[in-house]
Amino acid sequence: MTTPKHLLDTQDWTVENIEALFNTADVMAQVLERTIKKVPALQGFTVGTLFFEPSTRTRLSFERAARAQSADVVSFAAGGSSLAKGESLKDTLKTLDAMQADLYVVRHAVAGVPHQLARWTDAAIVNAGDGRRAHPTQALLDAYTFRQRFPDGFAGKKLAIVGDIMHSRVARSNAELWTKLGAQVTLCGPRTLLPPELAGGRVSLTTDLCEAAEGAHAVMALRLQSERMGRGLLPSLAEYRARYCLTEEVMAGAHPDALVMHPGPLNRDVEISGALADGPQSVIEAQVKNGVSVRMAVLYTLLVGRR
Amino acid sequence: MRTLIKQAHLHDARGDHGVHDLYLRGDRIEGVDLGGEVDHTIDAQGNLVTPAFIDLHAHLREPGQEEKEDLASGLAAAAAGGFGTVVSMANTTPPVDDPGLVAALALKAERLGLARLRPAATLSRGLKGEGLTDFAALKAAGAVMITDDGIPVADAHLMRRACEYAQDLGLVIQTHSEEPSLRQGGVMHEGAVSQRLGLPGNPAAAEAAMIGRDCEIALLTGARVHLAHVSSKRGMQVVEWFKAQGAPVTCEVTPHHLTLTDAALASFDPIYKVAPPLRTDEDVAYLREALRRGVVDNIGTDHAPHTRAEKERDLLEAPFGIGNLEVTFALLYTELVGSGALSLERLLELFQAGPARVMGWPTPTLEPGEPADLVVLDLEASRPVTPATFRSKAKFSPWSGQTLRGWPVMTLVGGRVAFEGV
Repeated sequence: MTTPKHLLDTQDWTVENIEALFNTADVMAQVLERTIKKVPALQGFTVGTLFFEPSTRTRLSFERAARAQSADVVSFAAGGSSLAKGESLKDTLKTLDAMQADLYVVRHAVAGVPHQLARWTDAAIVNAGDGRRAHPTQALLDAYTFRQRFPDGFAGKKLAIVGDIMHSRVARSNAELWTKLGAQVTLCGPRTLLPPELAGGRVSLTTDLCEAAEGAHAVMALRLQSERMGRGLLPSLAEYRARYCLTEEVMAGAHPDALVMHPGPLNRDVEISGALADGPQSVIEAQVKNGVSVRMAVLYTLLVGRR
Repeated sequence: MRTLIKQAHLHDARGDHGVHDLYLRGDRIEGVDLGGEVDHTIDAQGNLVTPAFIDLHAHLREPGQEEKEDLASGLAAAAAGGFGTVVSMANTTPPVDDPGLVAALALKAERLGLARLRPAATLSRGLKGEGLTDFAALKAAGAVMITDDGIPVADAHLMRRACEYAQDLGLVIQTHSEEPSLRQGGVMHEGAVSQRLGLPGNPAAAEAAMIGRDCEIALLTGARVHLAHVSSKRGMQVVEWFKAQGAPVTCEVTPHHLTLTDAALASFDPIYKVAPPLRTDEDVAYLREALRRGVVDNIGTDHAPHTRAEKERDLLEAPFGIGNLEVTFALLYTELVGSGALSLERLLELFQAGPARVMGWPTPTLEPGEPADLVVLDLEASRPVTPATFRSKAKFSPWSGQTLRGWPVMTLVGGRVAFEGV
């Protein structure tokens, strides 16, 4: 089994690669349970976090994952664009490359930037979210969280994702990963936010939330960004809430052990009822916690765990 | 000055004339097989000699964006591509909306002695899409076409008035037909690939809808409207329908829309970011079929050079456009004639008689007395595209490294050698 050099998306990662990563994450989870939550696995390595787009949760999660393995971390947070600074993306990277990081964690508001950077540096690149395209570590931690609750795997299971599918890198990455692992994925949202081109293979679309949740083993609500209203994509928040808020009533049609998921940050009682988010089916906190162990496994695998 | 082009295989709009010695006197064609003393001899054995190409659509970036291209580099690139005449687009900095600027560009180009420059002028002042420019004065200064190319004319009323005014003056209005409110911030074709890549899409409907509007205005006003860079099957179907209705419209396609698809964007390389965007296999097939059936009037290069640094930005920030003057003929000869999809005669027509007809210019031929604007083509020459050798300042290409067959080896403009290459 060869491990890809980068984690740009999960397309280049085989099911075998992903299973190995999950097994490594199990070990990392144990590390995080210890009194001293630190191992020397990545001592001497430098991880650069390049966040061209604001992020708190993902950046902290990666930095925690790097430091828990004793890696050095250098952070670059760029406000605005490279253009605003009169510098090309390549020039920006070349400047940062002087930091001699072994791996860059990259977040950017535009799809494809991690791929572009991967062409221009010898370091490994981990995509921490590029535009509306991909967020592979989110998809990995979501799948890892599901696997903890359903150890028999993904085959025959059904995941429903509801919300602004059009603008969601989480939806795209989860649809890609979960179907690769054998699950069925239903994407749900208003027609204006549900591109028909995303259907195909094990991915289906519906505008009916109850239909999406029917028999699902996990239902994931996505954060709704209020800016969508102004651009004619949604008539009003009230209408969205009435049709697409994930509630106990909707979950009643799901599988009895179904998980309620959300990549955060969440708007309570807009895309998900507060009670459901805090209820027994919710794994939202587990997602955040697993994020650190899965990202530890990603960094470890790309830096020293190659086979 | 008398020049002999020896043993040339001659071809023009009248047909194939076989191998002859072609004589030029000064800036004109003198005749064939005349004999007598000459000052200069060009050996064209094994090569096709035909009227130099006409490009109705090139961005030469002067004035104001000389870091991308200027008249000297752009017209040298044109000559290297076999073009003897180039219509330069007016979306420069400042835009070409002033008669003095038109005259200055024409004068400077004439002194360079490369390809002939025929400037276009903007339709609206400052490219703002509001008030009309002084068409008559611009024409008097040398402008041959009126266009806001690069920026669609969103206001239908302004487009109508521009057409009415231009019709009276016999000027061609060229359009960049994409409905802006439907295009939104799309950076590539809207479809399965854009959804997978998570990039904002620009639907083919944006092009088809605006082509429909512009054709209606052409019918209404009787003005000659030239639809630039038609890129989609839907857009081309609308053009065909309006042509059948007798609308006085013509249309062009570009080399990139005939050879590349939106799948190229999967590399996330902004070199493939063009406007209108690269479309699907189905669109490319339809455009090729439309070329063959004669719906398309000309090939326009839409040569749109940028600096390498600009194309090394992310896909939203990187500018639209690629430079392709130097590879257009070899690319289309290889891809279309080489595959049997199009005859050489039809391809040449799209570079010669086609664009001349669009502009109302005489059909270029090799008849005695005609201007000695000629291209010498080595149709057997086969070599890779090497951007480092481009005359254009944009030394990168989507076709870099690809081996193409059929290259211009010499271009003469007014009897003078404007390009001589391998």
